[in-house]
Amino acid sequence: MSARDEILARIGRAVAGAQDVEIPRGYRTTQQVDDLVGLFAERVDDYRAIVHVIPGGDVPARIDELTGDRRMIVPDGFDRAGGWPELGTADGVITGCAVAIAETGTIVLDHGPGQGTRAQTLVPDYHLCVVRATQIVACVPEAVARLDPSRPLTWISGPSATSDIELNRVEGVHGPRTLEVIIST
Amino acid sequence: MSATFLGMPGNFPKNASQAVQNSQLRYNLRKATHTIRGKRAGVVAELPDWQELRAAGKAIKDHTLRNLDRYLVMMEEAVTSAGGTVHWARDAAEANRIVAGLVQATGEREVVKVKSMATQEIGLNEALAEQGIAAYETDLAELIVQLGDDFPSHILVPAIHRNRSEIREIFLDKMPEVPENLTDDPPALTEAARLHLRERFLRSKVAISGANFMVAETGTLVVLESEGNGRMCLTLPETLISVVGIEKLLPSWRDLEVFLQLLPRSSTGERMNPYTSMWTGAVEGQDFHLVLLDNGRTDVLADEVGRQALRCIRCSACLNVCPVYERVGGHAYGSVYPGPIGAILTPQLRGMSSELDASLPFASSLCGACYDVCPVAIDIPEVLVDLRSKAPHPAAERAGMKVAGWILNDHVRLAKAQRAATRLRGLLPKRLPGPASAWTDTRDLPEIPDESFRDWWERGGPDERA
Repeated sequence: MSARDEILARIGRAVAGAQDVEIPRGYRTTQQVDDLVGLFAERVDDYRAIVHVIPGGDVPARIDELTGDRRMIVPDGFDRAGGWPELGTADGVITGCAVAIAETGTIVLDHGPGQGTRAQTLVPDYHLCVVRATQIVACVPEAVARLDPSRPLTWISGPSATSDIELNRVEGVHGPRTLEVIIST
Repeated sequence: MSATFLGMPGNFPKNASQAVQNSQLRYNLRKATHTIRGKRAGVVAELPDWQELRAAGKAIKDHTLRNLDRYLVMMEEAVTSAGGTVHWARDAAEANRIVAGLVQATGEREVVKVKSMATQEIGLNEALAEQGIAAYETDLAELIVQLGDDFPSHILVPAIHRNRSEIREIFLDKMPEVPENLTDDPPALTEAARLHLRERFLRSKVAISGANFMVAETGTLVVLESEGNGRMCLTLPETLISVVGIEKLLPSWRDLEVFLQLLPRSSTGERMNPYTSMWTGAVEGQDFHLVLLDNGRTDVLADEVGRQALRCIRCSACLNVCPVYERVGGHAYGSVYPGPIGAILTPQLRGMSSELDASLPFASSLCGACYDVCPVAIDIPEVLVDLRSKAPHPAAERAGMKVAGWILNDHVRLAKAQRAATRLRGLLPKRLPGPASAWTDTRDLPEIPDESFRDWWERGGPDERA
């Protein structure tokens, strides 16, 4: 008997006669938030990421200002011309995102156009992410409903961090040590 | 290589009485568990629907376990059609063989690892070492444990028992590239670990992970982490092998909306952990293998009371509130799963044939704090009591219980025994002799009253009192 068949048979024997259960979904699946942008900015800031809230028209100039002479990766589909440094030598990466969650201060990348590959947003030490105000949802269930599971997804809540030494939080381990977020209103 | 817990000698009371003598350990643990406990309480209180999320989490897991065979087949189909390969392992040896074979097929002799309870449970690192394959842990705490040739002592923070100066010593001793003037400042130690692992991440061709969740409907795997070592391992290598316990399954994509709220808040006490990776099958040209692990889980599933332990999402909230864990630490439990959840999971996964495993259901005061914080409402005290009744008991205790049962079964016998005890109360020693001394070593014998309740009642009882 194959391992597969044996495990499935064991499960069948183990649960024979057991009752199935209904799943109560009494939790909140949407939330009314008056100031989504404000809440998202506050929660991202709580993770010690850097946050800018600016009108859409000012975004290109602000990007120039922030990136200066850093060698930035600008992925295909990002609305800006850019250089193409090698992954190992890039100083940073600029991306958009798929959705952002106000309650938890989370950005989700689905690595579609303008978001680069998973490695491109991981290896460089600086990640600049542009979030459009319309991409912000209030809570986790609203984000899950908007995402496509067939795509690779990276949920980012602040910069890389660890609390493994005496539970002292230290920002910046293996992922980008600086996360900067521009919220374009 | 870090040591393995398999076949560890001793028993919980013996280990615990040694551990509580270590004042440094108690200080480290008290500080750590109280910090994390406070953070958890704060972020849980932010959600007015926490109890509804908890009820949903419990029911989703129970429904999955009831239909586990069907959902596993669904998972297999989804992963396969997304370009991944699914393997099934009945036990630790089979899982280790499969993983070693997959690594050998790539021609590589080194793998990087994401922190994973399942691969610790099966002793994968040691099994790979026997095949000449070096497995490098990349989570900071796991790295500290591995370099220190130590045991993990907490599910989430495996090096919780080590303080900064001990960690500095380990790094100086085991990382050839660190400068001698390395300080014990946590950012400096973290930087040392970053540099130590950087090159390894960029050159490794094979990675091994576990998963926090897998979604049957879509074939998606989910890993939550903080440092980015998980993203490094899951993303950069050409081959990814994930070893996942069969109970980690969720039926539908939507179910993540519950668990992505329950887990980070219960575990690290954050609204969300820094990084969560989700992938379905072979992504961005990677070769992906999923090893579905039983290793005793179907035995746990067959137990009507104990099966609720399979709802566990390894958040470690129960460790952080447990008065026993806080004082003795994780090593006393002799298993990769310490604390209250370990006390019910280990004896069920491994059986209670060893002295250590049979002692674990007693490693609790039954205060119930673990049940209150559990995000999937596992009634740990209920399972502990049930396991206690199934654990082997010493002959003297069995004989004593038999006599007690015989007396308590008949009111005439009970009345006679009580009168006899009253008459002989002056002769009762403070400590019982022989094997019964095990009981009085840690407890006072109850005082015997000069009259039993029954006799007092028959004499007029309440009337006399009035």
